[in-house]
Amino acid sequence: MSKQAILRRALPGAGAALPRQSESAFILVWRDPLGRAGLCGVALIALMAICAPVIARYGVAEMHPKAKLTAPGLTFFFGSDNFGRDVFSRIVYGARVSLIVGIVSVGIAAGLGYLLGILAGFFEGKCESIIMMAMDIIFAFPSILLALFIVSALGPNIINTMIAIGIVNVPVFTRTVRASVKSVKSMDYIKNAISIGLTPRGVLLRHVTPNVLAPFTVQATLALSGAILTEASMSFLGLGIQPPQPSWGSMLSDARKYMEIAPWLVIFPALFIILTILSFNVLGDSLRDVLDPKLKL
Amino acid sequence: MRDYILRRLLMLIPILLGISVCVFTIMQLVPGNVVNGILGIEQTPELRAIWEKKLGLDQPPLIQYFRWMGNVLRGDFGESFRTGAQVFPEIISRFTITAELALLSCLTSLIIAIPLGIVSALKRNRPVDKVVRVAALMGVSMPSFASATLIILFLSKAFGYFTPVKYVSLIQNPGTNLEIMILPALILGTTMAGSVMRMTRSSILEVMRQDFIKAVRAKGAPERITIFRHALKNGCIPIITLVGMQMGGLLGGTVVIEQIFSIPGLGQYVLTGISQRDYPVVQGCVLFIAFIYVIINLFVDIIYTYVDPRIQYA
Amino acid sequence: MDHLLDICGLRIETRRGGGKAMLLDKVDLSVKKGQSFGIVGESGCGKSITANALMQLLPYPLRVSDGTARYQSLNGEKELLSLPAEEIRGLRGREIAMIFQEPMTSLDPIFTVEYQMFEALSFHNKRIGKREMHERALEMLRSVKIPRPEQTLRSYPHLISGGQLQRVMIAMAMLNNPRLLIADEPTTALDVTIQAQILELMNGLKAANGTSIIMITHDLGVIAETCEEVAVFYAGQVVEQAPAAELFHNTAHPYTEGLLRAVTSLDGDRADMGRSTSQSEAEAPHQNELYTIPGMVPPGGEWSSGCRFRDRCDRAAPRCAEALPALCEIAPGHLCRCFRTGEEVEAR
Repeated sequence: MSKQAILRRALPGAGAALPRQSESAFILVWRDPLGRAGLCGVALIALMAICAPVIARYGVAEMHPKAKLTAPGLTFFFGSDNFGRDVFSRIVYGARVSLIVGIVSVGIAAGLGYLLGILAGFFEGKCESIIMMAMDIIFAFPSILLALFIVSALGPNIINTMIAIGIVNVPVFTRTVRASVKSVKSMDYIKNAISIGLTPRGVLLRHVTPNVLAPFTVQATLALSGAILTEASMSFLGLGIQPPQPSWGSMLSDARKYMEIAPWLVIFPALFIILTILSFNVLGDSLRDVLDPKLKL
Repeated sequence: MRDYILRRLLMLIPILLGISVCVFTIMQLVPGNVVNGILGIEQTPELRAIWEKKLGLDQPPLIQYFRWMGNVLRGDFGESFRTGAQVFPEIISRFTITAELALLSCLTSLIIAIPLGIVSALKRNRPVDKVVRVAALMGVSMPSFASATLIILFLSKAFGYFTPVKYVSLIQNPGTNLEIMILPALILGTTMAGSVMRMTRSSILEVMRQDFIKAVRAKGAPERITIFRHALKNGCIPIITLVGMQMGGLLGGTVVIEQIFSIPGLGQYVLTGISQRDYPVVQGCVLFIAFIYVIINLFVDIIYTYVDPRIQYA
Repeated sequence: MDHLLDICGLRIETRRGGGKAMLLDKVDLSVKKGQSFGIVGESGCGKSITANALMQLLPYPLRVSDGTARYQSLNGEKELLSLPAEEIRGLRGREIAMIFQEPMTSLDPIFTVEYQMFEALSFHNKRIGKREMHERALEMLRSVKIPRPEQTLRSYPHLISGGQLQRVMIAMAMLNNPRLLIADEPTTALDVTIQAQILELMNGLKAANGTSIIMITHDLGVIAETCEEVAVFYAGQVVEQAPAAELFHNTAHPYTEGLLRAVTSLDGDRADMGRSTSQSEAEAPHQNELYTIPGMVPPGGEWSSGCRFRDRCDRAAPRCAEALPALCEIAPGHLCRCFRTGEEVEAR
């Protein structure tokens, strides 16, 4: 096994082809009990994020000075924090922040990665080596460190957090797309098609894109969980989402001081972070099994 | 072999240059410039000019870069804006702490993950396997800071545990040091164990399907030898790759755990640097960690050649 | 001659899509001491899994659901299929050895040939010394005519060619002087010229050591070169069994006939295996055109009722669809499962 092949297996989801199945991936995932659980989890969190204004009972920054650090109950489902803010409402809005950061940053990563991967795959030679070199360099930083570094230079706020997480995630996508382009290009039927006048655009739209869709979807799901995790970690360290915007990471971090007297402040954000990431990972796993049977063992 | 290592070391140069350019460029993006960070609100144009001259910031970026690189190559990462102390010795001393934590975590993860991964592969689709796989998924999905916080909460409620306030180095008192390090290492280790376990399971399964395993059994090999000598050794390359990548990732990943457990490692140093806008510290640490990461990868590549005679780096 | 191995009513099934699928259906075979027994059939007929079942080496979802395999070991009769793990392990490689189709993938790529040959010895003899192992490995490699045995011992498998590797595999299998050698398509992955050499080698070893051989192949040419007794497998059943000469001269089952017509001999011509050519000429007017049996082997569990070959048989009659013909003795020692030769119906 070459080193490339090893890395391909170590980094999930790369180099797969879209199976020509009659059933949609959705149905196949649904049939897998774990996949169904993941799908439900993700759907629930998405629902929570979308309907946040309906579900939340109070505003995110709405303080109740007379009800600081109240235990979970009927007024405050998940209790209240040291400013008397409703933890439940903040968790609900936090889902929104988490998902937005996750989706936007994975969007940035996927978009850039797609572009660079196509470039690297199509124009072999200098262009490819420069792009892959750049990817290797980004890869040489532990991801959270690079994200922290970028945010520290740009200044901590939600936009910069998304940019930072996006940049950090570019290499995986670039590699996936490049591998796909190269494998498609080397297939005999594509070579034949090119020799009888298939344009690069045709190759791209009709052959590469459908081929890359499966690994791309898997990759995106897993990257989403990674991005949410990175955002939570950064916010936990105070270098991600800034107050008053609620983030599960910063809620958890702030709550540590009151852990002894108000454990609910710690428990709920931690639980939601874990459940969200778990749901995305379970879904990603199941998707990979369905879309990329080569990796299923 | 020596030639190979030498050649690989030569190949590191462009990567390391790239990393330094990357770090330098990001530093150039700092709004205003670093002098703001030093002077804060007390700045006057005169003071500013003095500092800019002192730091060479009045020069064009290219000159600044070469001057900086020249110093870095001589082991001079500059001085901390805050403390005035040399950055490089501080990085080295803190690195030993982080490295200890990283190694302990890795050890924990391997001790947990390899046996469970093997069991899971051998008992495929049986209840044990299912339990192990769900546990592995949980491990993969458990951010260390969330699990750490929950565990500390639990320990403090149940046993009156509190996170250590003062760090004791391994040389000062090995016992106390381990007492401090064990919990963070366990937490980081279990977080890592999830993916190592998944990798172990899948590569053992893959190897077990191959012809030579059947051939080894047909020779009359005891199961123990089939699994540990043939299956595990053949399946360990992806595992080594993964552990190598995680080791590198840990150098950054300890940032959070060091913060929670007040361990004065490299991660804490970076974080303090970032929050205090102490740029020489940040720049130095990031460069150093990326360097170590690249070295670990090189090391992993070299291990390959020992494990698998087919991998030739001619 | 005494029987070395008696397989009786062997059934193998697998799990597929929640249900069970039969892969091998009531197979009876017996191998005599010093005999080479050929099993022939297309891929998917159940030849290899029969061999694997004997060694308890069936891959994961497959399992033996019925049947016995009585083997006369040096320490008395053993029932191979239900032997405890430790006992079957003691037989594997010592009394019953196996060689495989793909020599390139049948050796562990990360150990030297020497190491793997030593293993074959030390698994069955804890007290054997390094020097003795080395001597025996070397001697064995010489006897399989490896050109540079010392160098081969030190090599890793990926540095050795396929033909040489198969010799190494044979040498490794013969190290403990086994009483039964199961050869699972030993020449399929090799060049034609090397095939002949390997077969010759195996014949020589058999003559020298009195080892019984079960030769599994899809190539009747290989059978003609090596075997005394032949069983033809189709869709998990024996459809014809006879001494080799009898089978080639008085072919009874249409499937066997099809196989014979589809064979090219090792010389590259159409094989006639010494049978009278009149019939085959009449049926195949184009001498040089390779005959193929139409259709494919139905996968396990998807066998049609009645005769399983009838969909591909050019002589199928209505009654072939109604019942499964039984394996009847049509001449002394010649068994055939076809209504054209016997009337009996297989009892379910």
